Amino acid sequence: MDRRLSMSLAVLCLAGAAVAYSAAQPTGPSADSQDARVARGRYLVNAVGCVDCHAPKEFGPAGPVPDAARSLSGHRQELALPPAPAASGPWIASTTGELTAWSGPWGTSFAANLTPDVETGLGSWSEEEFVATIRTGRTRGRGRELLPPMPIPAFQHFSDADLRAIWAYLRSLPPVSNRVPQPLPPPGAN
Amino acid sequence: MLSRERAAGGALTLALAIGMVALLIGCGRAPAAESGTLPPTLAATGLYSDFAARTLADGVIAFSPQYPLWTDGATKRRWIALPPGTSIDASDPDHWRFPPGTRLWKEFAFERPIETRYLELGTDGEWRFASYQWAADGSAAPLAPECGVRGAATTPDGVRFDVPSRLDCLACHRGGADVVLGFGALQLSGDRDPLALHGGPLPDGALDLAELVRRGLVRGLPEWLLATPPRIAAASPRERAVLGYLHGNCAACHNASGPLAGLGMDLAASLREDATKRAAPPAALSTTVGVESRFALQDASLRIAPGAPEQSVLARRIASRHAAQQMPPLGTRVVDSHASQTIAEWIRADLVPAASR
Repeated sequence: MDRRLSMSLAVLCLAGAAVAYSAAQPTGPSADSQDARVARGRYLVNAVGCVDCHAPKEFGPAGPVPDAARSLSGHRQELALPPAPAASGPWIASTTGELTAWSGPWGTSFAANLTPDVETGLGSWSEEEFVATIRTGRTRGRGRELLPPMPIPAFQHFSDADLRAIWAYLRSLPPVSNRVPQPLPPPGAN
Repeated sequence: MLSRERAAGGALTLALAIGMVALLIGCGRAPAAESGTLPPTLAATGLYSDFAARTLADGVIAFSPQYPLWTDGATKRRWIALPPGTSIDASDPDHWRFPPGTRLWKEFAFERPIETRYLELGTDGEWRFASYQWAADGSAAPLAPECGVRGAATTPDGVRFDVPSRLDCLACHRGGADVVLGFGALQLSGDRDPLALHGGPLPDGALDLAELVRRGLVRGLPEWLLATPPRIAAASPRERAVLGYLHGNCAACHNASGPLAGLGMDLAASLREDATKRAAPPAALSTTVGVESRFALQDASLRIAPGAPEQSVLARRIASRHAAQQMPPLGTRVVDSHASQTIAEWIRADLVPAASR
């Protein structure tokens, strides 16, 4: 299959998963206790496909699979990339095989480190900042806009309880030191 | 030179980029504490005694910060009203405490009024935020939607101007210890900075710090600020203006007390001690000049690289309006060219690289 076609389908799958989730009442563990919150957060993270972009991948006979040792640590800092291919015709976006770096009209974006590492992940964030990030589409609720393919419009349908459950699960992950590159504007943009 | 086709392609790409990023930003949900009952119209806020004639109500006072926030060239007017018999506690000169019932307004205009933003401190101690969008003929100004209004006006540069969402209001007004921005001892000082970017003399009818104190509206100000109007101590007049600009445009979020304090970048100009007698450099310098940025760009790793604005992340981000790196990250779509050039020149000419000392 053409690489860009497969990647475009991946974008559609991501958006589809998120929208499908938002359209239905979720089922799964309730969020009564901390353990239950973590369990529900794990369920939600897996259900809406956070690992698709935020987990580095290993490549094997079955294709790319999440690297369990790196958890949800985002785009690998050591992965040096050549410039993204130019858009052509209706193909406006492209991604890497790990799905952790994406390029399109918005520039190049890299999946964030969601583990609780203080220096490179969400370790210095508060629960309120995480919730505000999803509510506003801005880092910590007041920083730069989150860029595609992060499906913010769909995720804004999460309830506060769901977002807190996701936060509880993310805080339960082992911290992984991985400084994800900052996004790049498209060529020629100031 | 770009070919016409390439130029057109660039414009299309830019439009797509803007569109795709815009798709990301939805309304979200405001915290319940912020969504209390708000006046349905600007007239109902009490700004005017006669809305049609635009006659200000008794007790409404005009003010003008010397270091204004850049909002893409909008003309702004500001007012405050305190409940009768109350005053502002200024004993902490950096963090004034306002009495319940305080109301503030800020009008944004591009040839005509577009919106008037409103802050109100309830008797429950909660601040409420609103914006009122003016009808084109000025006949009414109803409460704007909580999600804001995209494309409420067009700036002189032909760029879209939006009425902010309630959550965008919180991004700045909940970014530090102070909900009220632009109304404090430094901003209202009678010793106004003649080089303040987009500043200017005090408008007719506006009150400065000394007059607010004389009228008993501001109480408890430390003695040294009563004796000498506050000003930023700086190595040069240009540095004073730059530090004032950073205070007025960046310190709402980049301060030592708010949610982003962990970044260790404090651009607020503090008045807690007499700056003219202070030996240490102000925080806006000590936390930026020669300090590694967490937002390193490909060819810029320091927040401010003395002598090299092109290698200074702060200068680069202020000069950008791309979603990936612009600063401020919201409330503006047009680069403040005057400020960007002044800051670049300050870094280039006034800050000496360590190797040259």
